[in-house]
Amino acid sequence: MTQKKGSSSKQNEFTMIADKENAEEFSSSASEEKVSVASNWKLVWWRYRKNRLAVISLFLLFFVLTIIIFPDFYANQYSEKTNAREAYIPIQKIHFFKDGKVDLWAEKLVGKRNMKTLAMEWVSDPAQSVDVQFFGKGFQWKFLFWNTERHLLVPADASTRIFILGSDRMGRDQWSRLMYATKTSLTVGMVSVLISVLLGVLLGGISGYFGGTADMIIQRLIEILNSVPYVPIWMAMTAALPRNWSSEQRFFAITVILSLLGWTTLGREVRGKFLSIREEDYVLAAELIGCSKFRIIANHMVPTFLSHIIATGTLMIPQMIVNETSLSFLGLGLRPPAISYGVMLQEAQNVKTMAQAPWLMIPGLVVVIAVLMFNLAGDGLRDAADPYSK
Amino acid sequence: MTDQKPLLSVRDLQVYFHLDEGIVKSVDGVSFDAYKGQVLGIVGESGCGKSVTMKSILRIVEPPGRIMGGQVLLSKRDHPDEYLDLTAMNEKGKEIRAVRGGEIALIPQEPMAAFSPVHTIGNQIMEAIMLHCNVNKNEAREICVQSLKSVGMSMPEKRVDSYSWQLSGGLRQRAIIAMAIAGNPRLLVADEPTTAIDVTTQAQILRLLKDLQRQREMSILFITHDLGVIAQMAQYVVVMYLGRVMEKGPVDAIFHNPKHPYTQALLRSIPSAQKTTKTKLPTITGSIPHPFNKPKGCPFHPRCIDAIKGKCDVELPVEYIVGDQQFASCFRYEKNEVNNR
Amino acid sequence: MASYIAKRLLVIPLLLLVFSIVIFFLIQAPPGDFMTTYSAILAGSGSSMDNEQLNLMRIDYGLDKPMHIQYIRWMGKLLHGDMGLSLLYMLPNTKLIGDRIGLTVLLAFFSFILSWLIAIPAGIYSATHKNSIGDYFFTVINYIGVAIPNFFLALLLMWICYDLWGLNLVGLFSPKYEMAPWSWAKVGDLLSHIWLPSLILALGGSARLTRIMRANLLDELGKPYMITGRAKGMSEWALVMKYPVRLAINPLVSTIGNYIPQLFSGSLVVATVMNLQNIGPLLLQALSMQDMYLSGSILLVYCLLAIIGTILSDMLLVWVDPRIRME
Ligand SMILES: Nc1ncnc2c1ncn2[C@@H]1O[C@H](COP(=O)(O)OP(=O)(O)OP(=O)(O)O)[C@@H](O)[C@H]1O
Ligand SMILES: [Mg+2]
Repeated sequence: MTQKKGSSSKQNEFTMIADKENAEEFSSSASEEKVSVASNWKLVWWRYRKNRLAVISLFLLFFVLTIIIFPDFYANQYSEKTNAREAYIPIQKIHFFKDGKVDLWAEKLVGKRNMKTLAMEWVSDPAQSVDVQFFGKGFQWKFLFWNTERHLLVPADASTRIFILGSDRMGRDQWSRLMYATKTSLTVGMVSVLISVLLGVLLGGISGYFGGTADMIIQRLIEILNSVPYVPIWMAMTAALPRNWSSEQRFFAITVILSLLGWTTLGREVRGKFLSIREEDYVLAAELIGCSKFRIIANHMVPTFLSHIIATGTLMIPQMIVNETSLSFLGLGLRPPAISYGVMLQEAQNVKTMAQAPWLMIPGLVVVIAVLMFNLAGDGLRDAADPYSK
Repeated sequence: MTDQKPLLSVRDLQVYFHLDEGIVKSVDGVSFDAYKGQVLGIVGESGCGKSVTMKSILRIVEPPGRIMGGQVLLSKRDHPDEYLDLTAMNEKGKEIRAVRGGEIALIPQEPMAAFSPVHTIGNQIMEAIMLHCNVNKNEAREICVQSLKSVGMSMPEKRVDSYSWQLSGGLRQRAIIAMAIAGNPRLLVADEPTTAIDVTTQAQILRLLKDLQRQREMSILFITHDLGVIAQMAQYVVVMYLGRVMEKGPVDAIFHNPKHPYTQALLRSIPSAQKTTKTKLPTITGSIPHPFNKPKGCPFHPRCIDAIKGKCDVELPVEYIVGDQQFASCFRYEKNEVNNR
Repeated sequence: MASYIAKRLLVIPLLLLVFSIVIFFLIQAPPGDFMTTYSAILAGSGSSMDNEQLNLMRIDYGLDKPMHIQYIRWMGKLLHGDMGLSLLYMLPNTKLIGDRIGLTVLLAFFSFILSWLIAIPAGIYSATHKNSIGDYFFTVINYIGVAIPNFFLALLLMWICYDLWGLNLVGLFSPKYEMAPWSWAKVGDLLSHIWLPSLILALGGSARLTRIMRANLLDELGKPYMITGRAKGMSEWALVMKYPVRLAINPLVSTIGNYIPQLFSGSLVVATVMNLQNIGPLLLQALSMQDMYLSGSILLVYCLLAIIGTILSDMLLVWVDPRIRME
C-alpha cells in the first residue's frame, strides 16, 4: 500500500496528470469501473467468493442451520429411547445397492454374548437386512404449526430401530442424539457470541467514543478479565448455579456465563476502531451538521466496521462451542437430560469403554468439523472484510 | 572519457516479473555505462523500472522477478580491464555477496525503514564492515565510528549505540550513507536518497554525497525522478520510460539540447523561475499505460506528438547517435548512425 | 524501567483483592454450606452427626456469621498463609495444594516451551516457503490444531495408545513411583510421562502462534530493511534470522500475557481426563463436593499464577523491544 501512495504522489510532482478523457482511454477498464460503484457488502462478497474453502464452509453452515432449526426431521427416533438389550451397538452401515439395483437397506446386526469376556459382540448377518427409506414415517413432531411424521431416513418398519452411528451405554441412538446435541451446542455457541458481541460493541464503543473515566474503568476491567484463567472461573460459576434449575434455565445461565468473559477481545478492537474513526473527516462533518452522538455511532461509525465485527464474531463461535463442550464434559456445564456434544462425550470418559465402543467418540469429531467450518468461514470473512489487515 | 573503460557496464538488461495475470516487462533492454569518478543519473517517472534496474545490478530482484537477458559487467578492482559478469553469478552465492556492499553499495529509497528498529545502528553498520573487511568486533566498531564521523555525524561514539528511530531524518540518512561507504565500495547506488527528507537537509545530503565521491573517487549511480537534483549532481544522464532508455547523454546536452520527444516534453513540464507567464504548465498528454498492456513498438508513441503511424506503433527503435556521447532511441533520427556498442 | 516493574508488581495485591471477593462470592453461592455437605459425606460413609454437633462446628468455623465477616476471617487466615481445612481430605488446604502446585506449574511451563519450540520454526518455514507443500501442511495442521478441543485430543491419543499397544496413558508417574519420595529416578519417570500431556496442551497454542508468526514474518520479509541487508552482502539465512525473525517474534511476546492463563485453563481439563496429579482435578472434586475453602483456595491460586504469568510476559516484552524499553 505504501508503495502505491508513494508513486501517486510522485506522479503529481512530475505534473504529468492527463486530462480526463485520455486517462479513461488508457487506464480504466470496465471491471475497475464496476468495482468503484459496488457497495461495501458486494465488495466483501466478491473477495469472499475467491476463497473456495470458505465458500464451501459457508454452504455447510447453512445446511447445519437447518439441523439447528429442525433437528426432529434429521433424527429418526426419540433421543431418550433406551433399551438395555441394544446397548453399545456398533455403526450400522447403510447400503444404496442390492444385487446391482438401486435399493436402500441397512445391515442387520445380531448380538452374541462372548462367553469368555461376557461382552456382547455384534456382527452383521448377511442373510438379513433392514429396509430403510428417505422421508419415511417415524415419531410425530411439529414442523412450524403442522404435525408431521416425516424424517430424513427411517426404517420402513417403524417398530425396528437402526443405529446409523451406533448406540450408547443405555441403547440410545447416537445419530438422533447428535442432531439434538448440534442444536444445543451450536445455539449456546452462537447466542453466547451474540451476547459477547453486543457487550463488546457497547462497552468498547463507550470506551472509545467517550474516553475519560469510562474508558479508564473499562480498560482496567478488560485487563483484569484477560488475566483470568477462564475455565476455573467458569467452573466455579456453573457450580454455583442452583441444582434445582431446569435444563432451560441452566442452558441460558451457561450461555450468559460464557459470554461474560468473552467480550474483551472485541471490546478492545471496537475501542481501537472508534479511536481511529473518531479522527476521520466524515465523523467531524456529521458532528458539524448537528447529528446526535447516537446517530453518528449508529449510522456512520458502526457500518464501517460491521463486517469486521461479524468476522471476529464468527471466529469466536468455535471457541465458545469448545468451551461449552469442555465444561459439559467435566459435568459442570449442561447436564442430562439436556443433550450437547459435551454431554454425549461424557459417555466416552474411560479408555476401556472407548476401546469397546469407539463410535462414542463421534461427537468429538463432529465438534472438530463444526469448529473447522466456523473457522474457515470466519477467516474467509475476515480476509474479505479488511484485506489490508493481517 | 571515451578512451577509459567503464567501471560498470549494463548491457541490454531485461528483467521480467512473472505474475499470475501476465508478464510485466519492468526493464526491457536497458544499456548504459558508469565510469570511475563519475555521477551517473537515471531519471524517469515512477514505475519506469529504475529501482528494478538498481536491484538487478545488485542481483537482489525478488521473485517473481527474473533477469531474462543482458549482462551487468563490473571491472575487477585489481585488473580494471577484466570484467565480472554479475548476471552469470549465483544469486545466493559467495561471489555476488562479496560484490554487494564490498564493490557496489546501496543507499536505499526509504531511510526510515532501511534500518531494523530493534538493533542499534552501530550493530547494523558493524555487520556490514565485518562482512567485507577481515576485522574483529572492536576494530569494526572503530571503523564504524570513523565512518559515522566522515559523514558528518556529531558525537559518533554515542550515536553508535542509538536506534534508528531516535535519529532525525537527516541523521538517519547520514547513518545509511555511513553504512554504505563502510565496506569501501567503488560504486554507490543511490535510489532516490533524498525523496523522504526536507529540502534543506536534502541539499546537505547531496553535498555530502558529492564530497564523499570526490574524496574517495567513487562512482555514484544516482536514481531519481527529480530533474533538478539530476542537473545538480550528475555528469551523465539516462532517461528511462516504461522499462526502456529513451535518451542518454552528458548532462548539458540532455538539459539544453534534448533530442527525444519524451525528454523534450519532460523538460517543458518543469516549472521554471524565469518564465513567469500565467499560461498553464504544459503536460504530457495521456498517462502511463498499465504495465500489462504496454504498447507495441516505441513505448512512448501513444503520447508522442510526432508519432509516425505504421512505424512507431510497430517497430522498436534502436539507439541512434544524436550528438557527442548522446544517444536517443527514436525514429526521428533513423538516418543517423546506430549506436552499436 | 524499574518504576514500570514496580508499578506492575503493586497491581498484584489489588487484583488479588478483587479476585478474592469474586471468588468468595462464587463459592458461597450454592445453597447449603460446608456442613450440609459434610454431614452428607458422613452419612454416605455410614456414620452421622446430630444437629447439635453440626451447629457447634458451624460456630467453630464461623459459618453462622454474616458473609462479610466470613470473608474477612478467610482473608485474615489467608494473609497468614492458612488456607483452611479440606473436609474432603481432612487435611490443610495448603498441604493439598502445595503437593500439587509444582506439577501444575511444570506442566504449563513444559507446554509453553513446547508450543514455542514448534511454532517458531514452523512459522519461519511457512513464511519463507510461502505456498509450498510444507506451508500447506502446516496450515492444515494449524487448522486442525485450533479446531480440536484438547480434552478430545487427549481422549483420542489415549484410545489409540490403548488400542494399538495396550498402554494406559494416565497419570504423571508409573505406579512404582506414584507414592515414592522424590529421587532422580522419579524425576526421570516424570519426564517420560509429562511430554504427552504437554504436547496435547501445546498443540492448540502452537497452532495459533504459528499462524501469527507466519503472518508477522511475511509482513517483515517485505520490509525495506531486507533490501538493505541483502545489499550489504548478508547471506539470506543470516539476514532472515537476524532481522525479520527477531521483529516478528516481538508481537508474539505480547500474546504470552493472554496465553498463560489459557494454558492453566487448558491444563485443568486435560489433567482431569488424563488423571494428572495437578490442582485441576482437585478443583473439580472440590467444586462438585462443595468443599468450598479448598475450591476457593485453588481458584485464588489459579488467578495468582495467571497474574504472575501476565506480568512476566509484560516484562519480557519490555526486555525484547527497545522501543518500549526506552519510552
Ligand atoms: N515485486 C514486484 N512484483 C510485481 N511487479 C513489480 C515488482 N517490483 C516492481 N514491479 C514492476 O516493475 C515496474 C518498475 O518498478 P520500479 O520499482 O523499478 O519503479 P521505479 O522506477 O523505481 O519507480 P519509483 O519512482 O516509484 O521508485 C513497476 O511498474 C512494477 O509494476
Ligand atoms: Mg523506485
